Amino acid sequence: MSFAQIPKSETLIDLRAEFAGAGLETYLYGLDQDLVGLKPVKSRIREIASLLLIERVRQRLGFATETPTLHMSFTGNPGTGKTTVALRMAGILKALGFVRQGQLISVTRDDLVGQYIGHTAPKTKEILKKAIGGVLFIDEAYYLYRPDNERDYGQEAIEILLQVMENQREDLVVILAGYADRMDNFFSLNPGFRSRIAHHIDFPDYNNEELLHISETMLQRQNYRLSNAAKDAMGEYIKLRREQPYFSNARSIRNALDRARLRQAGRLMAQEGSVAAEALMLIEPEDIFASRVFRGQPDSAGPNNV
Amino acid sequence: MRITQGCFSYLPDLTDLQISKQIQYCLDNGWAVSLEYTDDPHPRNTYWEMWGHPMFDIKDAKAIMGELNECRRMKEESYIRMCAFDATHTWESLRMSFIVQRPTTEPGFMLTRQETDGRNLRYETRAYVMEKPEGSRYK
Repeated sequence: MSFAQIPKSETLIDLRAEFAGAGLETYLYGLDQDLVGLKPVKSRIREIASLLLIERVRQRLGFATETPTLHMSFTGNPGTGKTTVALRMAGILKALGFVRQGQLISVTRDDLVGQYIGHTAPKTKEILKKAIGGVLFIDEAYYLYRPDNERDYGQEAIEILLQVMENQREDLVVILAGYADRMDNFFSLNPGFRSRIAHHIDFPDYNNEELLHISETMLQRQNYRLSNAAKDAMGEYIKLRREQPYFSNARSIRNALDRARLRQAGRLMAQEGSVAAEALMLIEPEDIFASRVFRGQPDSAGPNNV
Repeated sequence: MRITQGCFSYLPDLTDLQISKQIQYCLDNGWAVSLEYTDDPHPRNTYWEMWGHPMFDIKDAKAIMGELNECRRMKEESYIRMCAFDATHTWESLRMSFIVQRPTTEPGFMLTRQETDGRNLRYETRAYVMEKPEGSRYK
């Protein structure tokens, strides 16, 4: 298309107005406000959102004819917010009109791969049908591929996925997620996936201050708060917990807080007489110091309960 | 004779775009869409064959259209109808159903009269295609 063909009224485009018109700011502002840390992720998402906005304007003017590839990969350790961000991403894509409905279907290997011959294809297609018009989030995607077993049914699911990712780009967006090193390995063994994925986003671990901030926000949402002394205790806890096995960032914090609430309830029940209403909201240091982490033991019964 | 039943029966057959929009309306209301087919055109033939299960948890009409096209491919010369089931308490029944495919020619029905006791008459409508076995009626 030459410049002469551009409609007269459209030679100047107010991108700010486009941005506001799409309602993007609410999503991006929400992302900044609600999620602690994750600076590189947030800036990458802003970049992607700008790219998509420009793409949409270009489509309207007839400069771009093909649906852009929007498939993504989210890599990072457990509990770094991959699913949460995917949910926001679905909202952004919906606001810009790149997916029609904007639902997020979160699956793992078990949801896609069958147990006997002929089971995998219908199972995968069933999930894809649910994801059409939205985002398909495949957690720990590398489990789909088992190089040690050439008859593994995962291969069949991969083939169907690749085909859909290529031919139905306007119908759904696929986000693959998992640990960075294993994802790299997965991509190197399945070059088809790498070439179909446009955006790779890496999720960094949270530092101690961010985790403390997260624990305060989590409690606030449940109408609890840490007393000043408990805040210090929580800081200590985070430092120790990080050194222990099965540390999974924000998820470990959520579990620790759940246990702290349990201890708080026990402590209040054990008290004689009536309890101040204020005390029902307050987590005290002893609720946190009672954790086994301070005695150098794992915080919970076993690896399944991280 | 053109068979009519369900919604939009007074309208010409819907185009794929129109069908797709109707399906999206059903999905937006939270109804589960299912497909049924038959080659017995009698109006009292209520229970048609199901094409797979009712499709719960689907958000976009495109997924159902894919399933419909598959059904059309396998059941070329059959009636196919689309049903939308509302699972809400106290409804728990179909909210909407309409024909989305019909055979190319529909021979219609024969009216037979049977003389019984006295000079009474019993009437029977019988589809011409029912002379043939199932699966070869519209070939």
